[in-house]
Amino acid sequence: SNSSLESNLEGLAGVLEADLPNYKSKILRILCTVYVLRKSRNMGCAFLVRFLSDLVNCHVIAAPSMVAMFENFVSVTQEEDVPQVRCDWYMFAFLSSLPWVGKELYEKKDAEMDRLLSQTESYLKRRQKIHVPMLQVWTADKPHPQEEYLDCLWSQIQKLKKDRWQERHILRPYLAFDSVLCEALQHNLPPFTPPPHTEDSVYPMPRVIFRMFDYTDDPEGPVMPGSHSVERFVIEENLHCIIKSHWKERKTCAAQLLSYPGNNKIPLNYHIVEVIFAELFQLPSPPHIEVMYTTLLIELCKLQPGSLPQVLAQATEMLYMRLDTMNTTCVDRFINWFSHHLSNFQFRWSWEDWSDCLTQDLEKPKPKFVREVLEKCMRLSYHQRIIDIVPASFSVLSPANPVCIYKYGDESNRSLPGYTVALCLTIAIKNKASNDEIFSILKDVPNPNQDDDDGEGFTFNPLKIEVFVQTLLHLAAKSFSHSFSALAKFHEVFKTLAESDEGKLHVLRVVYEVWKNHPQMIAVLVDKMIRTQIVDCAAVANWIFSSELAHDFTRFYIWEILHSTIRKMNKHVLKIHKELEETKARLARQHKRVSNLFVIFKPNGPLEEQIERLQEKVESAQSEQKNLFLVIFQRFIMLLTEHLVRCETGGIDVFTPWYKSCIERLQQIFLQHHQIIQQYMVTLENLLFTAELDHHILAVFQQFCALQA
Amino acid sequence: LGQAGHGSAAMSSSGTLSILRSDSYAELSQYRDQHFRGTRYDQERLLRKSCTLYVGNLSFYTTEEQIHELFGKSGDIKKVIMGLDKVKKTACGFCFVEYYARGDAENAMRYINGTRLDDRIIRTDWDAGFKEGRQYGRGRSGGQVRDEYRQDYDAGRGGYGKTVQCQ
Repeated sequence: SNSSLESNLEGLAGVLEADLPNYKSKILRILCTVYVLRKSRNMGCAFLVRFLSDLVNCHVIAAPSMVAMFENFVSVTQEEDVPQVRCDWYMFAFLSSLPWVGKELYEKKDAEMDRLLSQTESYLKRRQKIHVPMLQVWTADKPHPQEEYLDCLWSQIQKLKKDRWQERHILRPYLAFDSVLCEALQHNLPPFTPPPHTEDSVYPMPRVIFRMFDYTDDPEGPVMPGSHSVERFVIEENLHCIIKSHWKERKTCAAQLLSYPGNNKIPLNYHIVEVIFAELFQLPSPPHIEVMYTTLLIELCKLQPGSLPQVLAQATEMLYMRLDTMNTTCVDRFINWFSHHLSNFQFRWSWEDWSDCLTQDLEKPKPKFVREVLEKCMRLSYHQRIIDIVPASFSVLSPANPVCIYKYGDESNRSLPGYTVALCLTIAIKNKASNDEIFSILKDVPNPNQDDDDGEGFTFNPLKIEVFVQTLLHLAAKSFSHSFSALAKFHEVFKTLAESDEGKLHVLRVVYEVWKNHPQMIAVLVDKMIRTQIVDCAAVANWIFSSELAHDFTRFYIWEILHSTIRKMNKHVLKIHKELEETKARLARQHKRVSNLFVIFKPNGPLEEQIERLQEKVESAQSEQKNLFLVIFQRFIMLLTEHLVRCETGGIDVFTPWYKSCIERLQQIFLQHHQIIQQYMVTLENLLFTAELDHHILAVFQQFCALQA
Repeated sequence: LGQAGHGSAAMSSSGTLSILRSDSYAELSQYRDQHFRGTRYDQERLLRKSCTLYVGNLSFYTTEEQIHELFGKSGDIKKVIMGLDKVKKTACGFCFVEYYARGDAENAMRYINGTRLDDRIIRTDWDAGFKEGRQYGRGRSGGQVRDEYRQDYDAGRGGYGKTVQCQ
């Protein structure tokens, strides 16, 4: 954990400043934390290895023992039947220390180092990179290739070696004290054996290096180090480290970033913006919550009002220009960031600069992006504001006025079936009718599915659902709170009408019909209906893939709803699991107390029964969760296969904007919920992602498997 | 193999690295609701485990929907309760936002507090929990106390303060 690392570093810091002869035990204690590496989930422990490397530079640790440790790291690549991500971690820990200590180690042990580097090269050549396309922010290699992180680091180290390990960026205060330090007693690191791989071992995910700037982007300022220069690596690592240290304190974080040393020799603002976007767009997920980056950028703009906003505007422009090849998940984050950012700056933007998107098909990435941004901006303000802030030419991209559509509203609709009942309901609800009164009014609604009526009154009657839901939502349209109250008050009616799966689906359809101009309202209503069990998660998934929603299928709000639904399902499973574990713990404590008293206990006490019930609940919840993912994947496969077949027979190009969006949405399901989905890999492979599947779709599954392989 | 060192805990000044653990945005402020029923100790205990935030300096025109959109960025919202003028029963510039999880409320304190909604810098603070009656302003005229006595003109909060208006 971070705190034990800190307290160990604290100890070392104290030692180094006060009492050199006593550092040996401190070092050994720190090495104990290195043994914690087997539990580490992030690259943060590579930082620890780097720290040890710097101790070599201080002549505290003997270089040969460091080389020996690195030999042990690199030998992990010779292990058999281990996940590639395990070898990757050790390789990263070795390579990422070399900018700090490569020179020193090479001077002392060049033959060994050469051997290590050649072993590194052969490992990197043979490792598989199927996972890379899934993690790239852009699908295009221009203007900057999106490299796999180890490949990029290797290029940087090779260049460093060619430059005879001359590295000019890292602060090396020990150089000033070399004459003293070189007389110090050096110590050997105890031999370190990498802990063996186990079933439970978790390794960091691979990454793709995000690059959006090069030296041409700031022609007036200092030169930005090239993508394969080791300086670029060091700067980026240090900036990421600052964010990692201060993410909870945005003002401190911004100040620390801006006071990064050497800021007159490098275009610091560009590096900062690039590193922040690298994290924001990182796949599968950003290291920190998205809103942190928005607020951090605002703080940076406040601290550097004369320069940072311009770099940010330049970055925004560049991201916009490259929307055609940007991964859909990253576009989502771009939309969220940009709209939230604008809302802090009175929505001021040079929209005319983006007029090129007006001549494109609305489904193309650029106009789509602008539409989604304007919709999100509206959610943070109000409809008229958005009309006012964009040029008149942009009205085609402006969001709809978020008003409710009530089909029984006008006298001209009186011929619609159910119209009179709707009127009746309206009056009754306004007069504070009870659920029973509502039931009796609805009893008279005929069932268009007459033949299915089994006479018990609980069959699926779409007209009843329509009349009730339309009327109620219309009456409660004033605000979210009004709508939530309505759902709560008439919960019984909802539960009865939506008892069957078809009922649930139809409720969702009607909600959509009423509120299709107000996606935010749809999202909060669906959320509430899941939480109050009016509909279930599978119903929402089926509704999203239904033909009625095909028109909105590529809209951002649909995927927000689906992912929110999956998260609720996941949280539910975790919650019940936790309850079960807690009850088991209580039982164990009870047994312990009782056995201490030598009293015979009842075999089926209340706790045992509770545990049995909770076991069932857990199994049922897990089954529901598995089913949800199966439904989603199945529907994706059906939809994509249909498109692929149609294109093949028609001889048209598969790669339409819709297809790109859809296949990336499938990827997004895997990436955003990868931990849960890992549990179901066997089922998915045997049931859905079989060899008969079109290779376009299968590739997504294979890339996902490769992520932790 | 050298002396067994001091062996004891860190010799350096404790808290050299405490800056790395600092989380000042999520801490309790100095403010304590004077109308809270219970001891100071109870109040602070509730504040430390609360999932509810008080949000202040809203425009009178800011809607529940806008608040939901902004505060939804730090996590799933359980409930938004709009602050109302006690007499007019209209929005009077504050609200409560309750999350399902405290961690989400903490992130709101870290990243939404001090940023803009409807072009106004809004302020969030921990709340001990909503109770019926707390949705009303406590100023004599029905709105919030701060709008009773302030001297400035604020178009989003009914113009001049109430005392100024009555002059």
